[in-house]
This record gives sequence, C-alpha cells and structure tokens, in this order.
Amino acid sequence: MAAIETTNRPDTDEGGMGYLQSLPRRLVTVYLPLLVFVIVLLFPFYWMTITAVKPNLEMTDYANFNPFWVVHPTLEHIRYLLFETSYPGWLLNTIIISTAATFLSLFASVFAAYAIERLRFSGARQVGLAIFLAYLVPPSILFIPLSVMVFNLGLYDTSFALILTYPTFLIPFCTWLLMGYFRSIPFELEECALIDGASRLQILTKIVLPLSVPGLISAGIFAFTLSWNEFIYALTFIQSSENKTVPVGVLTELVRSDVYEWGALMAGALIGSLPVVVLYSFFVEHYVSSMTGAVKE
Amino acid sequence: MALQSAAIQPRSSNLSRILSRWAESRNALGFGFMLPAAVLLLVFLTYPLGLGVWLGFTDARIGRPGIFIGLENYEYLWSDAVFWLSVFNTLLYTISASILKFVLGLWLALILNQNLPFKSFFRAIVLLPWVVPTVLSAIAFWWIYDAQFSILSWALQQMGLIDHRINFLGDPTNARASVIAANVWRGIPFVAITLLAGLQTIPQSLYEAATLDGASRWQLFRYVTLPLLTPIIAITMTFSVLFTFTDFQLIYVLTRGGPVNATHLMATLSFQRGISGGQLGEGAAIAVAMIPFLLAAILFSYFGLQRRKWQQGGGD
Repeated sequence: MAAIETTNRPDTDEGGMGYLQSLPRRLVTVYLPLLVFVIVLLFPFYWMTITAVKPNLEMTDYANFNPFWVVHPTLEHIRYLLFETSYPGWLLNTIIISTAATFLSLFASVFAAYAIERLRFSGARQVGLAIFLAYLVPPSILFIPLSVMVFNLGLYDTSFALILTYPTFLIPFCTWLLMGYFRSIPFELEECALIDGASRLQILTKIVLPLSVPGLISAGIFAFTLSWNEFIYALTFIQSSENKTVPVGVLTELVRSDVYEWGALMAGALIGSLPVVVLYSFFVEHYVSSMTGAVKE
Repeated sequence: MALQSAAIQPRSSNLSRILSRWAESRNALGFGFMLPAAVLLLVFLTYPLGLGVWLGFTDARIGRPGIFIGLENYEYLWSDAVFWLSVFNTLLYTISASILKFVLGLWLALILNQNLPFKSFFRAIVLLPWVVPTVLSAIAFWWIYDAQFSILSWALQQMGLIDHRINFLGDPTNARASVIAANVWRGIPFVAITLLAGLQTIPQSLYEAATLDGASRWQLFRYVTLPLLTPIIAITMTFSVLFTFTDFQLIYVLTRGGPVNATHLMATLSFQRGISGGQLGEGAAIAVAMIPFLLAAILFSYFGLQRRKWQQGGGD
C-alpha cells in the first residue's frame, strides 16, 4: 500500500509537462516559494544550534555581535548540561522507555494485525475498526483517569507507568500499519506452508515476518519517535528528577523562574532532538511510508 | 480425529462439522493472537476512557476518591467564564491553524510535486519539524519569541519595519497569533508530505488530456487535482484537526495558558485544574467536554472514507 505510492507514476512521465514552463516562470512559482518554505521550516533548528554554542556575552549583546552568527563558539553550555545536570540520566530513561514501549507494542501489534488480516476470525472487521478508532483517542482526554490508575497500581513515578501507557497510542498505529503490509503478502505463500503442515505460528514467524521487515522497521522507528516525543503522560506520571524523560526534564528542571539558561536549554533541545533526527535520516523512506500509510488506508 | 468421525457421519453434515471445527480453531487462534494487544488496550485505553467519564461526575481530588455528584461539575463549568474562553480559544486555535496548515501544506505539496533537482532531499528536510520532539522545538520558539532578545524583533527592527520590540507572548492577541504560528510551523510538514503522496498517485495522462482540451493551469488544479485529492485531504485534515484540537505541549511550553487565559486550550485547562490544581473531577469533566468535538471530526473522517470507496468503484 504505502510502498508503491512513490513508484506509481510511470518513469517515462517523470518530467510531466514541466518542459512547457519557462525558467523564469519556474523560478517565481517553484524555486522562490520553496526557498522561503525551507528557510522558515529550518530556521528554528539553526537558531537552536547557534544558541547552543554561543557564549552568554554574545547571546544578549546584539549591538556588538550579529545574532545570526557566533564569533567565539563555546562548548560551555553542553559541558554544563552533561556534567552538572541530570541530563544524561534523562537521556538514558528516554532510551529505555522508548525502546521497551516500542518492542512491547510491536510484539502485540504483529499478532493482532496478523489475526485481523489473515486469520479473519469472526468479528475481525469490527475489531479492525475498533483499533482504528482507538488511534483517534487523544492522550489529552486520557491522562487524568490514567493518572488515577497509575497511582492506584503503584506505578506512579516509575518507568513502568510510561512503558505500559505508551502502547495505548502505539499499538493502534502499529497494528493499522502492519495490517496494510500483511495484506500485500500473497495468500498463496501461506497456503503452501499450510499444506506442508506448518502451524499458524510457524507461518507468522517463518514466512510473514521475514517478508514484512520493511513494515516492521517503519512501525518500529515511528513508534520509537512517538514515544521519544511523548510529553503529557511523562509530565503527569513522573515526579522525581532522576526518573524524568528528556522533554519533561529539559522543560521542568532547566527552566528556573529567575534566570533562563538559554544556552543550556537550547543545547538540551538540540541533543534531545539528535537521536530521532539521526534515526530519521537513516530511514526517511520508511518514515514517509508509515506516515502516509497510516492516513491512506 | 476429524478423519475418524468422517468415516461414520453422512457426507454433508460431516463437511459442515469440519468447517465449523475449522472456524472454531480459527476463532480460538484469533483470540489468542489478539490477546496481548486487547489486554493492553482494554486496560489502559478503554477502561480509562470510561473512568474519565465517571470521574467527571464525581468530586475526586488527588489522593481522595470522590463521590458521585451528578452534573455538578458540568453546571459549574457551564457558568465558568474561563472554561468558555478556553472553548473559544480551542476553536479559534484549531480552525485558524488548520486552515493555514491546509493552504500552506497544499502549496508546499504542489511545489514538491514538480520535477525538482534533489527532490527527495527537500522532502526529507521539510519533514524535520514534524520529527523533532514538539516540546524541544517549542522551547526554540520560546527563545525566538523572547520579550527582550527576540531574533524576530531584532531582524524587523534592523529592516526598519518596526520601531519597538514586539511583545510576542505577553499580549493576548500577539500570544494567540504566536502559538498558532508555532503550531502551523510544526503541522505543515505532515499535511504537505501526506498530500504529496496523494498527488503522486494522480496519473500524468489526466493532466495531458486536460491540457490538450485547453485547460488553464487553474482549471487543471480545480478540475483534475482537487477532485482526485479530496479523499486524502479529508483524512489528512481530520487527523490534523484532531491533533490540533487536543494540543497541549506547545501551549504548556510557550504560555501555560497566559496571558490572562488568552491562550488556554481545553487540554491545558484540564491539566491545570485536574493535575496542578488537584481537582481531578473537574479536570476530567473538561476533558469529557472535548469528546463531542472529536466525535464530529471522526464522523467527518468516516464520510471522507465513504466517498473514497465510492470513487474507486464502490463496495469493499
């Protein structure tokens, strides 16, 4: 489903009717707006980076230093962040929580998607629809009752509170995505295996899963990013500084009411974004296909 | 076992028996496979959803289970000006941000759909704002919107367009515009990339045929692109509206609902009253009040999907 989108257009049509347009016209209608879009969309990242390496003196003195550039770059803010705050601990927490939530969700989703898509048990369609509706339930209306539950279960202020609640938005998404991938695997392969006496579990692990590795990667990195970016649950369920995740820690611990450590804040935002950006840069196509796939099917 | 019984039973009932056994095992297996996902979702999604509705009818506070008080929370909210202000803010925020995201996102998608050099590179960097954690990019916006050292104010002053610094987050109107701008910035990539995927499924031959018939560029867009893109637009915008409506992070970072509640959304008000203020019941009631709006958006999505099936030749 998602994988074929980019190749749908025949190669011979690649240029389309672009040759009918003159260069000056394309300059005004295509390149100029694109340039503006790119600058606006990327400027906050540039500003984040430049502030993270700017000495405090230059940061507030716009008269003598051009704010768009840095004259004496410094690693002071990053050093402060890594050695004088709990930031490394937050990073570790976020990595552990995101990884655990992702694998838990993938495990549950693989079985659920296979059951809905291929076992076709009675009511499979209704369950599929329910999964889609679950995807539409936003965390903003769940965090209050969930906080009550988390507290009553004794999970308050532990990583398990997040590992167990993140799948509520990850499983619907992953299941929906994997259903699409499983649908694209030919039935005949499974029928052959059935005739050869394979059990359903063997079919799933030896035939379907190896064929849907791209789908698993898409779902996995997307789920990892969503857990990494999650904020409202982490803000509500975690109290102590050493258990916080990066987004919550940066906002609640680095921001003090009296003085804003803008350099350290920006360094925190930059380093907190890097893992997902690196992951993203390796798997751009998977990201795009999972994002569009979730919408299209 | 099935073979043994087959030898004794008449043929027709035997067949139906095997079929029913098969269906049974299918159902049993299906149940087993669904179990992990179902347990997690029922315990941590369905149950809290019900619990939230129940909490809305109680006077629960943090550390104290509440008792049933009927519609008291809702009666209180009905006469609470701040609540109605948050409803107004949420609608204003959602509608204006969604319109801007749609227009700009569609525009960007149309640009990226052209035959560009480094097309996949552009597509990759355009998606960045959406990949980076919202809270962290919102912190960058916070610094951009700083009252004293805003880079925007400085740049505009250097260009001679304004003569004093803009108070981005301190003035109600400015604060609203600023948070909407930040939300649009983050939302454009999602809209653009999903619409781009939709655009790429439109066959070029349709454009060529229309051009031969003498269609102008506007007509090409209006009568070829737009109708074929409508289903994707409907779904993309439903998602976009849902996420904008329930937004929390951006507001929490940039303004926490201020100045004088001018940017309080229903989600942030629910957090402020429910968690910070400890009035779980009232917070839950505010969250429940969001549900009718969400249902409306989901129904919209449903009819978007319906239309798609019809366009593809009906049936399922």
